[in-house]
Amino acid sequence: MILQVLGVDKYFGGLQALSHVTIDVKPGEILGLIGPNGAGKTTLFNVINGVYPADRGSIKFLGESVTGWKPYELAKKGLARTHQIVQPLNDLTVRENVMVGACFGRENESLAKAAVTADEVLAFVGLADKGPQLANSLNVAQKKRLELARALAASPRLLLLDEVLAGLNQSEIGGMIETIGQIRQQGVTVIMIEHVMHAVMNVSDRVVVLDYGQLIAQGTPAEVSDDPKVIEAYLGDPKLAEELAEAARRLGEE
Amino acid sequence: MNWFRRPGFWLPLILVGLIGILPVLTGSAATREVVFTILLSIVLASSLNLLLGYTGYVSFGHIVFYGLGGYVGFYLISSRGQPLWLAMIAGGLVPAIAAFLLGRAILRLRGAYFALATIGINEAARAFIRNFDPFGGPVGMQLNFQVYTDYGGAAQALWTTYFLALGLALAVLLASYYMKSSKFGLGLMAIRENEDAAEVMGVVTPSAKTWAYVLSAVFPGIMGVLFFFKNGNILPGDAFRLHFSIEMIVMVMLGGSGTVLGPLLGAAAYQRLRGTLLVTPVFRNVQLVVAGAMLLLIVLFIPQGVVGWLRERVPWLRKVLE
Repeated sequence: MILQVLGVDKYFGGLQALSHVTIDVKPGEILGLIGPNGAGKTTLFNVINGVYPADRGSIKFLGESVTGWKPYELAKKGLARTHQIVQPLNDLTVRENVMVGACFGRENESLAKAAVTADEVLAFVGLADKGPQLANSLNVAQKKRLELARALAASPRLLLLDEVLAGLNQSEIGGMIETIGQIRQQGVTVIMIEHVMHAVMNVSDRVVVLDYGQLIAQGTPAEVSDDPKVIEAYLGDPKLAEELAEAARRLGEE
Repeated sequence: MNWFRRPGFWLPLILVGLIGILPVLTGSAATREVVFTILLSIVLASSLNLLLGYTGYVSFGHIVFYGLGGYVGFYLISSRGQPLWLAMIAGGLVPAIAAFLLGRAILRLRGAYFALATIGINEAARAFIRNFDPFGGPVGMQLNFQVYTDYGGAAQALWTTYFLALGLALAVLLASYYMKSSKFGLGLMAIRENEDAAEVMGVVTPSAKTWAYVLSAVFPGIMGVLFFFKNGNILPGDAFRLHFSIEMIVMVMLGGSGTVLGPLLGAAAYQRLRGTLLVTPVFRNVQLVVAGAMLLLIVLFIPQGVVGWLRERVPWLRKVLE
């Protein structure tokens, strides 16, 4: 197991955002993390990468207990993430943004080496010509790619993707899914939070479902989308429920 | 390194060199005093820029390190009979240690809370020194003028301090340039732009911030030693003058925070303006009002400062102005 989340609780005041969440992630897989809004998906990411400490439970990464580690310690060990709300370093260039990831990530690269890495990664995510621009001059889709580039530049073992598809149009989604597939081919394990149901169902090896901070289902995409508990969880959100049904039907046809 | 291809590197050094050589050419003590004040401002503003401009932490009480260094150095020279060079080393070291310890505590604070804490520290330091008898308490300390004979007499000592200040100004600009173009500097700028994102990307923020704070404290400390050695006496009110801190911020913001050249231009321009105001009857007593008004206008209209503004408007200048 590359990552083991064991019985993690997280409270915000009286609100229990995560209750007894246990997840195992195998090396090389793409794990989809779905659930209705407010289910605690991003909170789980924040606990995994050390932004919030877990109130109970433990986290093991690459066989080592990393409970209570700081985000920068985890980054150096090989954990990288993107943010749901993009966090570009606005007054730095796109290239410098990616260099930060390369310089301070797992490889701890020198500035000169990071510059080379940055150009490679920018080409990979399709931002090759944007390098010299300031990060705040990018549009949303490009900023999402920048988030991804920064995370990849650190050459992570495990990559947490928080809604990289949200706000993208159909063709952009297609491009991003292709990119995620290529990332997996490089041997990077991926956990992705996603609301675009057909995408996450197609790209994931396994899917886990959170609802009200609890893990209510896990399995292959087909198993999960047939699970009555999952369908019930999504009933509050007709649009998503419909998408879920649609995804289940398509998977059934295949 | 083919440094001549990097105007961002040599332009600030040449500018300071040109300003610095003026008094030597004219041989005039009056010019020397004017330029000394400019050099002092360049050292203070550029040091503050390491923290304010690169790291994004606003220190409102940065003058505390100048005062602290000044006092430590002055004490060593006047009461312990130590030479100036030793006083300069101690005057740099003590503020550095102070910044390290303080930084561990207050760099956890962000934004306005950090700024408030730094003001508190300056006021606390002044109150402490005022009641600290070895440093002369409220009446401060005076130098016995015999001290200057070791440096070839008072007149010669003034020139020596002047050249040391010039060297220090060049050293600060070098440090500023190398910091900006290093991995350490990239980490600091990441913190400035978004501290949480920087942390997630692996920037070890507590230590990066602490070292930036330490570096930004060293040079003002040494400058304090030079100024008060030249001055011949030191008082708590002179060493920890809060409005100097605010003037430092005005200089950095005016020239362009986060640039190497900006604080240099800002310091020179502000000191020239201040000199003019001080001899203009109408403004003589309200020159600080002008500083305040300038800060307001800069923040409102050109928050990126002169150098930042030029870099934005004239793309080819980006290769020239760092």
